[in-house]
Amino acid sequence: MAVSRLGGWTVRASVAAVLFLAVYPSNRLVAQDTSAIDRGVRIGIIYRPGVRPGLVMLPRTGQGLDSVRVMVARDLDYSDRFEVITLPGGDSIRLASTTGPRRSSAGGATATKGGTAGALNYPLYQALGADFALDITAAGDTTVATLHDIAAASVRRAVRVQLPRSSDPDFRQAVHRLADQTLQAAVGTPGIAATRILFVKDGKVYRIDQDGADQKLVSSTDRQAMSPAWGADGRHFAYMEFQAGKGWLYLQEMGSGKRTAVATTGSALDFTPAFSPDGQTMAFSRATEEGTDLYTINIKNNCCLRRLTVGRFSDNLSPTFSPDGQRIAFISTRPGLPQLYVMAADGTDQQLFAPFDYGVTGASNAPEWSPDGQSVAFHRDVAGTLQVFVLDVRTRTVRQLTSVGRNEDPTWAPDSRHLAFVSDRSGYRQLWIIDLDTGRIRPLLQQSGARLPAWSPRLSEATSSTP
Amino acid sequence: MKSVSLLLALGLGAAVFAATSCGGNPAPQTPTPNADSAAAAARARADSEAAAQAERDRQAREEADRVARQRQADSIAALARASEEVRTTLAAMIHFDLDKSNIRPGDAATLDQKVAILQANPQLRIRVGGHCDERGSDEYNLALGNRRAQSAKQYLVSHGIDAGRIETQSWGEEKPLVDGHDESAWSQNRRDEFEPISGGDNLRRP
Repeated sequence: MAVSRLGGWTVRASVAAVLFLAVYPSNRLVAQDTSAIDRGVRIGIIYRPGVRPGLVMLPRTGQGLDSVRVMVARDLDYSDRFEVITLPGGDSIRLASTTGPRRSSAGGATATKGGTAGALNYPLYQALGADFALDITAAGDTTVATLHDIAAASVRRAVRVQLPRSSDPDFRQAVHRLADQTLQAAVGTPGIAATRILFVKDGKVYRIDQDGADQKLVSSTDRQAMSPAWGADGRHFAYMEFQAGKGWLYLQEMGSGKRTAVATTGSALDFTPAFSPDGQTMAFSRATEEGTDLYTINIKNNCCLRRLTVGRFSDNLSPTFSPDGQRIAFISTRPGLPQLYVMAADGTDQQLFAPFDYGVTGASNAPEWSPDGQSVAFHRDVAGTLQVFVLDVRTRTVRQLTSVGRNEDPTWAPDSRHLAFVSDRSGYRQLWIIDLDTGRIRPLLQQSGARLPAWSPRLSEATSSTP
Repeated sequence: MKSVSLLLALGLGAAVFAATSCGGNPAPQTPTPNADSAAAAARARADSEAAAQAERDRQAREEADRVARQRQADSIAALARASEEVRTTLAAMIHFDLDKSNIRPGDAATLDQKVAILQANPQLRIRVGGHCDERGSDEYNLALGNRRAQSAKQYLVSHGIDAGRIETQSWGEEKPLVDGHDESAWSQNRRDEFEPISGGDNLRRP
């Protein structure tokens, strides 16, 4: 009985949905992202085709650098700053070049002296649409990434690094740093290859490279954890852990794993920690009998708890610092539903940040200020499901980034143009990355249940090493 | 002593009666019991009667003990049953509308029962845990779960329960009661749970 009735409901509901769609087709046609993931999706973003320079990765064999080449090529692809051109047939292209491929099987040493510049068939690569060609070779224990400027028919830069052995835990980050140096040489801005993302899965905090490799458990107990956050130096992170009915905030060193409880935590439910850019202060939410309010504490001296909001009948939570440390964006339920607010870092001058229509706009949550200070990403309830939005700080206008499935908890890459977020567009909740400039979307993981991502700052050599 | 002399007097009386009643009908010569053996018999009888009496007393005492023990066991069982019942009533959950933390009218009666239990058991302290469904934002749900736990606590306090006897906590959406992604699961997961944290061993009925 119950089953058939339920079935009836389902049928009726779907009929209603179909009717709804049939009656209001035009209203539903909002240009948004689609579920196609490989083609690159454009959403509320002006896409300028052809602006991205073409980059071709020169094929080489027999130097033991295959994995380096694959990783660098993928990093440059994931930077979304190039059209990475794959050569059909691999070596055949090189063989077809008029000067002929100089087989540097004796070692890459000669290939790095600029002598190869003349050997490269620049007109051919230009015809292929390449602006840059990248050649990665080995010279003894040095790896050389030679970036050719095709239009100038010369070597733009040769980056020489000594990579650790591939079994070394720092190997992948070292290769990512090489990719970032190459990117910097080509387009003049730092890359995001040498970064990591923290996330929560099954109540534990994990760390993963931005290319989806090298996943590691970093939370140190079996207690349920939430809300990881990076310190601006990339060496520390914080997270919340349930313990005896309270929410505890912990600071942990990424390298050593040493963790300490934040002062005054453990008396209530503390959650959503956020570091100030100078690393001195942690802002967080504390739920008590009076509701949830924002506090800051000096984490260098473990002192000076300061309450920033007083909302007896509203909750204030999810703080995020502006990159200059002067302001804190946060969520407040003072208008009824949670919405995005902003205040000075000392708690004064609290005001609405993202405009909303009372009674129309859905709940807004999970804000994160972009590293360039120009935007705040957050998610908002749209017709019963969550979608990622971006607020333009200067004009205080918002735009919706996603519309396929449920999309939430956005976190900025250090280049302020990529966002990692949680989406169930593939059928289960996992982490995805979107490039705001091109609208291209890629899955970071192929695992169900990942959530609450936090993207690291750029990780320097010292910060990325893992003992 | 007194009963022995009485028995002795009766024995003598019986001897006199026997002597006087053998008038016309020559009775068979029966040996007149001497005073010593009569007394011994009387003593033996008295002893056995006393023993029987003592046995009866002992049995009565045992019976009384048994009854008492049974009664006690019954009452412990009854208390335990009552305690279990009270505990179940205490643990009855209340539920909430989507993104709301106000007590539903129907749930006020559930909370009234808890008020009565807390009043009847002054040693009892409880914990209220607020929970949410999976639809809201993960972190916002911690604040919402806190509101839900506080709502129940405020209700109990406003009905005369000392605030110090009620702890609250929020689990957000982290501990769903029912796995599932439909309204049936969600509505069960939007809840407050109640559990004793001390003084909950022998709960009295209100």
